[in-house]
Amino acid sequence: MKSKGFAKHYYFMLIPGFIWLTLFSIVPMFGIMIAFQSYNPGAGVFGSEFVGLETFRYMFELSDTVNVFFNTIFIAIMKIIGNLIVPLVFALMLNEVRYLRLKRSIQTIVYLPHFLSWVILGGVLLDIFAYGGPINQMLGAFGIDPILFFGREDLFPFLVVGSDVWKEFGFNTIIYLAALTGINPALYEAAGIDGASRLRMLWHVTLPGIRTTAVLLAVLSLGNVLNAGFDQIFNLYNPLVYSTGDIIDTWVYRAGLLNLQYELATAVGLLKSVAGFILISLSYYLAYRFTNYRIF
Amino acid sequence: MLRSKSLSSKIADVVLIIILVAIAITCILPLWYTLSLSLSSKTAAAAGAVALWPIEFNFNSYQQLLQDSQFFKSFWISIQRVVLGAGLNFIIVPLMAYPLSKTVKDFKGRNVLMWTLIFTMLFNGGLIPLYLTVKAYGLMNSIWALVLVGGAQTIVFNIILTINFFRNLPSSLEEAALVDGAGPWYILTKVFIPLSIPVLATVSLFSIVYHWNEFLYGLIFMTREEFYPLQTYIQQLVVSVDPSTMTEDQYKRLSELSNRTLDAAKIFIAMIPVLVVYPFLQRYFIHGITLGSVKE
Repeated sequence: MKSKGFAKHYYFMLIPGFIWLTLFSIVPMFGIMIAFQSYNPGAGVFGSEFVGLETFRYMFELSDTVNVFFNTIFIAIMKIIGNLIVPLVFALMLNEVRYLRLKRSIQTIVYLPHFLSWVILGGVLLDIFAYGGPINQMLGAFGIDPILFFGREDLFPFLVVGSDVWKEFGFNTIIYLAALTGINPALYEAAGIDGASRLRMLWHVTLPGIRTTAVLLAVLSLGNVLNAGFDQIFNLYNPLVYSTGDIIDTWVYRAGLLNLQYELATAVGLLKSVAGFILISLSYYLAYRFTNYRIF
Repeated sequence: MLRSKSLSSKIADVVLIIILVAIAITCILPLWYTLSLSLSSKTAAAAGAVALWPIEFNFNSYQQLLQDSQFFKSFWISIQRVVLGAGLNFIIVPLMAYPLSKTVKDFKGRNVLMWTLIFTMLFNGGLIPLYLTVKAYGLMNSIWALVLVGGAQTIVFNIILTINFFRNLPSSLEEAALVDGAGPWYILTKVFIPLSIPVLATVSLFSIVYHWNEFLYGLIFMTREEFYPLQTYIQQLVVSVDPSTMTEDQYKRLSELSNRTLDAAKIFIAMIPVLVVYPFLQRYFIHGITLGSVKE
């Protein structure tokens, strides 16, 4: 091969991108030192006094942080379950539709919310579920008193999970639908000749055909156990629902940028980053072991 | 596909289609409602009378919107951010994906660089270190903070998608170019990039949608409203009161007092760019996702 002297060109191609990532991904990582310091903005990250694990000890004494970690995991796990099952059921139903044009129109519509931001959808949802909004008007017609939906701490986590599943289920069907088209049609023909009903075909042909994909998605979702969705909750929550709706990321934002507790916010953020890194690495490893999946 | 055409099967089909269509409708109804609200009169909106159709149809909120110069300033900032962000993404992604799609045999440093890249995707220093870094760079209130910070966090995924695409191109193409005496820059720009339009379109659209929808960096890196991108501007409409001192009654009043028709008009206009690129998005993203991210 004549590609012997190419390596230096390859390095050259990589330089701009690596400079960018160094400045905006790698350099900020050194900021995690703040978690082990009594941070002094004048002295900066390299000049502040080192205090060891003081901040972490303080962190675990706060009832706030324990609650925030619990909320994060609770909301994230419910989202994971919803986002695995609802798209699967929807994809299976869509797969039974034989009018191609109808099928495509439905797909086009259900993918759309994925591409709209939580700022937009948060605004729309708060309006629809507002105290005098259409949902409460409708309930009023049945004689139900208006409910302050996004102001109720018992309802908030479920509204968050429900609206996230609603936003993402369409987009999440894509991978299932791709797996469904990969099933050999001859299997359905053989089952039909054997007299199988549609339900039996679903059970014996369709479901086994997408089992690998479903397992893969379940394993990969492990990496999201600490991601309850900052954008969504930040745009939907308010002080009335902090007890059940405040998550790590929103708490870090308020502690760090509104209350200027830099050390504490960095420490909580660091704990999340490290745990998240371990979880994602584990999920990739398991996905590789079970389904031979590799990200690159 | 061989399937029975019994009566029960036909009834099942009809029920299935009704359910699917109903679910699809829930995905556009909120958007439709926002449009109706923006075209209704203020009194009708405040009374919660608007449901599916505008009440006392008028364009007042859009006329009012035309006088809001900050809305257009923010809109323009978002456009600039999208152009710069997606443009940079389009240049850097193939430049990094091409060398990294080589095997270690052709490019010795490849694996170390690849794992560094993956590390920057999976681990981060958290919000506070990022904020302090950008501040130290002197990028507060600069559009480059929005372009470069957001871009660094999304580009690695785009690079991986493109690497996987490059690896699936027939190797005989590159060999033929090598035989003809082509160098690495020629192969990248004249062989690989023209053949990779589907994946480059996909990652460009991801980048466009990301930069359009992102609001947090506008909030923390811009200290004055005049520098806000559109999503940050809209986010601030919904929560412009001090959230730490809110009672249930205040929260209730907030949803009644705010200018709902004008807000709805702003939200609807902010959706339009995504709705415009959506047909192109849809054409490419299914291909991009199923090909790039999940392969077995």
